[in-house]
Amino acid sequence: MPTVSVGRDRLFQAIGREYTQEEFEDLCFQFGIELDDVTTEKAIIRKEKHLEEENPSEDEEWIYKIEVPANRYDLLCLEGLAQALRIFNGVDPIPTYSVANISKESMHKMHVKPETSKIRPYVVCAILKGVSFDEVRYNSFIDLQDRLHQNICRRRTLVAIGTHDLDTLEGPFTYEALTPSEINFVPLKQTKSFRADELMEFYKSDLKLKKFLHIIEDSPVYPVIYDRNRTVLSLPPIINGAHSAITLKTNNVFIECTATDLTKAKIVLNTMVTMFSVYCERKFEVEPVEVTYADGKSFIYPDLSLYQMVVPLSYISSMVGVSLPANTVASLLNKMQLHAEHSVSDDKQTSFIVSVPPTRSDILHPCDVAEDVAIAFGYNEIPKAKLASLKPQSLNQLCELIRMEIAMVGYSEVLTWILCSYKENFTMLNRKDDKATAAINGNPRSADFEVVRTSLMPGILKTIGHNKDHPKPIKIFEVGDVVLLDDTKDVGASNRRHLASLYCGATSGFELIHGLVDRIMEVVGTSFVSPGDETGYYIQSSDEPEFLPGRQASIIYKGKQIGTFGIVHPQVLDNFDIPDPCSYVEINIENFL
Amino acid sequence: MVEEAVLGYLEKNDEISDSGKFADEKGISHDEIVNVIKSLNGFRLVDAQDIKREKWGLTKEGEIYAGAGSPEVQLFLAIPPEGTTREELQKKLDTSIFKIGCQQAIKNKWIEMGKSQVSRKVQHVDDRVRDLLMQIQNGEAVNAEDVDALKKRKLITPLIWKGYSVKKGPKYTPKRKKVATDLTRDNLLRGDWRELEFKEYNFLAKGQPTEGGCLHPLLKVRRQMQMIFLQMGFEEMPTNNFVESSFWNFDALFQPQQHPARDSHDTFFLKEPSTTKVLPEDYVERVKGVHESGGYGSRGYGYEWKREEANKNLLRTHTTAVSSRMLYALAQDFAPKKYYSIDRVFRNEAVDRTHLAEFHQIEGLICDRGLTLGHLIGVLEDFFTRLGMSKLKFKPAYNPYTEPSMEIFSYHEGLGKWVEIGNSGMFRPEMLLPMGLPEDVQVIAWGLSLERPTMILYGIDNIRDLFGHKVDLGLIKRNPLCRLGL
Repeated sequence: MPTVSVGRDRLFQAIGREYTQEEFEDLCFQFGIELDDVTTEKAIIRKEKHLEEENPSEDEEWIYKIEVPANRYDLLCLEGLAQALRIFNGVDPIPTYSVANISKESMHKMHVKPETSKIRPYVVCAILKGVSFDEVRYNSFIDLQDRLHQNICRRRTLVAIGTHDLDTLEGPFTYEALTPSEINFVPLKQTKSFRADELMEFYKSDLKLKKFLHIIEDSPVYPVIYDRNRTVLSLPPIINGAHSAITLKTNNVFIECTATDLTKAKIVLNTMVTMFSVYCERKFEVEPVEVTYADGKSFIYPDLSLYQMVVPLSYISSMVGVSLPANTVASLLNKMQLHAEHSVSDDKQTSFIVSVPPTRSDILHPCDVAEDVAIAFGYNEIPKAKLASLKPQSLNQLCELIRMEIAMVGYSEVLTWILCSYKENFTMLNRKDDKATAAINGNPRSADFEVVRTSLMPGILKTIGHNKDHPKPIKIFEVGDVVLLDDTKDVGASNRRHLASLYCGATSGFELIHGLVDRIMEVVGTSFVSPGDETGYYIQSSDEPEFLPGRQASIIYKGKQIGTFGIVHPQVLDNFDIPDPCSYVEINIENFL
Repeated sequence: MVEEAVLGYLEKNDEISDSGKFADEKGISHDEIVNVIKSLNGFRLVDAQDIKREKWGLTKEGEIYAGAGSPEVQLFLAIPPEGTTREELQKKLDTSIFKIGCQQAIKNKWIEMGKSQVSRKVQHVDDRVRDLLMQIQNGEAVNAEDVDALKKRKLITPLIWKGYSVKKGPKYTPKRKKVATDLTRDNLLRGDWRELEFKEYNFLAKGQPTEGGCLHPLLKVRRQMQMIFLQMGFEEMPTNNFVESSFWNFDALFQPQQHPARDSHDTFFLKEPSTTKVLPEDYVERVKGVHESGGYGSRGYGYEWKREEANKNLLRTHTTAVSSRMLYALAQDFAPKKYYSIDRVFRNEAVDRTHLAEFHQIEGLICDRGLTLGHLIGVLEDFFTRLGMSKLKFKPAYNPYTEPSMEIFSYHEGLGKWVEIGNSGMFRPEMLLPMGLPEDVQVIAWGLSLERPTMILYGIDNIRDLFGHKVDLGLIKRNPLCRLGL
């Protein structure tokens, strides 16, 4: 996206009001441009020279670097930006650009010689009359040419612009293509005359111009524009002649655009003349030039006619998603420089005839019009229309992720029953029933289903007990629900999602289970902190009956105990008929949501 | 060195006829020669034929006598020329030497053994036994009589001697290149990998087992089921509440309080927490009304509905208990929804090959305006086709809370018959309207267990081999991908 640098104060002056930076950023955001950077001339120079940053003093001029959409050539200069924002703000009406009413005889003329077709076949021209330049306007005029050259002109390959002081020249003009040795002139910023081929050689060391030389360098003929006295206006797309150079004092400007792409040449010419006709004696009026080709066909430029487009209101509403009355849409379109006249057809269909000004070459289709309505309405004012979509059960999705991670570090998953015997849930784990923890079945058919597990431990230990012949070490895990009595629930009990993991081998594997705890914390993105710190997790010794005393610890996560790990108590191992030492961890993972 | 000797010898000679003799000639230990021959034979540089020879070796006892002399000679020498007493002699010698020595010396008529006196009968004896033992030890030949005698005294024992006769093999070269078993960092650093000759791999053996964990097969199937639901645009219901009230599990579903499913033979009723404290009262009233006397166009069941029954807590018998909560919530602000869940349910049943007291229920439901039986059949076909069951037929059935109800059958190619795979239906108005759902809203739903398709998929015929603490961990680790829905 192209960036345009403009002086802040001058911009605000042109827009007609002051803004805080934040306000201006808001305005840009709504309009669809972006304040990219705020700097000063000196800061730019300092940066170029790699000097130390200094705080700019108050009296330096602030420069706003504004990013504009790549298809909005009318926003590439301060004049265009200010005008677009003034209209957007409702300060100015849409300007009406006109071509001065001059008889064909008194019109300036440009004759195109057939040889130009070999190198750069098109030319379009126009004249700005009675322009009043000052230094800033002049610079803006030059900058706009540069930006157009950079963007739509594709570095002068498609279009090249030449601007001249008309009063130093005498028409009619001719656009010719001659062999380099035939062309001789004093180029801009030089004092001596060069032959074109020598000039090309000369510019090979010119940083700015050398990158354009390739466009014509290998051609047997070079394009060149002369006036009736054989004064060279320009050697497009390389350089203008010094003779017709415009200055601050220039009053009448002759603009020629030579091109390989006629459509783009017209857009470029229109952009130049619409932007700067604001400084003309007769504001927004441009004097035409007749261009005549060798085959006798002639055209009058610039073409500032309005392009008319029929856009149904229903189309706009269906695109934007807001139903608006016709006059509201029309005034929104006015803010975007589009004049819109609405009419109702026989079948009660409201349509607009939208007049697209020459500044808005980006409008191709009614969808572009609909977009402008949406921008003027405000993207962030449009009511949100929600589409059907799915919400995940976050806890279940989290479990999927954690299960994968644990399998990845070498633990295999088991899936055990939620029901177990009373003994397995309490006495076999060295635990006492406080009568306030477990949901108890009233009518179990078998002792295996007396209680709803309050931890995953009985199932895990029973699995080890039944897999004594499995090669050691055994590393298993389970993620599943336990049920605890819970007065806050209508039914008086609620589920908790737990993760349990066990290591069984020749040694207890305590350090491996400890390492697994660290890994789990790592994958849930929690850092290891010192005891008491509530931003992460830490480990502190615990005293739970199912573990060996002094060989167990609590996991404190963000200040809350969420689980325990340790070497399983030998009595517990014996209760479950397990001959090998085991280490075990159990964590409530709902805390990680 | 040894290898060079073997290969070198074969370069000039046709054969090493006896590795033992060859070892003697070259002064190399036979064991070393055998190792080299085995290795060369393995790489087919030589062809080795086994040779076996029987020869005699000394027993432990024989070895002792070969060193210290035979017992009879030891005994003889212990008797001074003037004779001695039996006690004196016994003191001088080991018990076994004395015993064996006496026997042999008497047999040889070397000594006179009186009641207490022992005296020499001859003045000089030769230790022939020791000499013979030493000869055998040195591999010298001994005549058969002597061998027999020594064998009887268990002083010698036959030894099987193994050796080889060796000829050039098909890959014979006079000097073998060292074969490598692996490419090492050193090989790369030295650059000698260019000259390396690798030992052939044995591809009949498997590679080294991998390390790493595995997910449970049933949960792998659950994951694929979830994916299928998600692909069909279904949203998961929160089902992490095993304890449920009879109200949500039964009454809300228009299941009468005398229904056999509400029997304690089928359902786990809880002792603790025994009852539910909070229910939405106005909804409870509407449910009571529709059970007792109908309404919404229904005649009702015409019985006296008891709040105490509805308050009884249980372990949910189906995830439809969650569906009833979800639909009730949805009725408060209706929007079309497609819901699914896969979670544990509980039945107070005896455990056998195909039944457990707990299993996983898969449930799908769609709540929208204007749904028909045709939609239900259509969505079932879509769902089950994704599971690889495209040949379906539907059997009219009875469910207390759906009408019409259909059992879903699928043709099982492997079994060559139609098998029941699930249950389905449209929820009854007596269930939906008291919740407050708009009258034109229908709910179509179906359910099946997760275990049954998994058992069919993996060919498991005992559910306890799939789920619970008796599952073999090896089975979990060997379990392949679940490709359902691919």
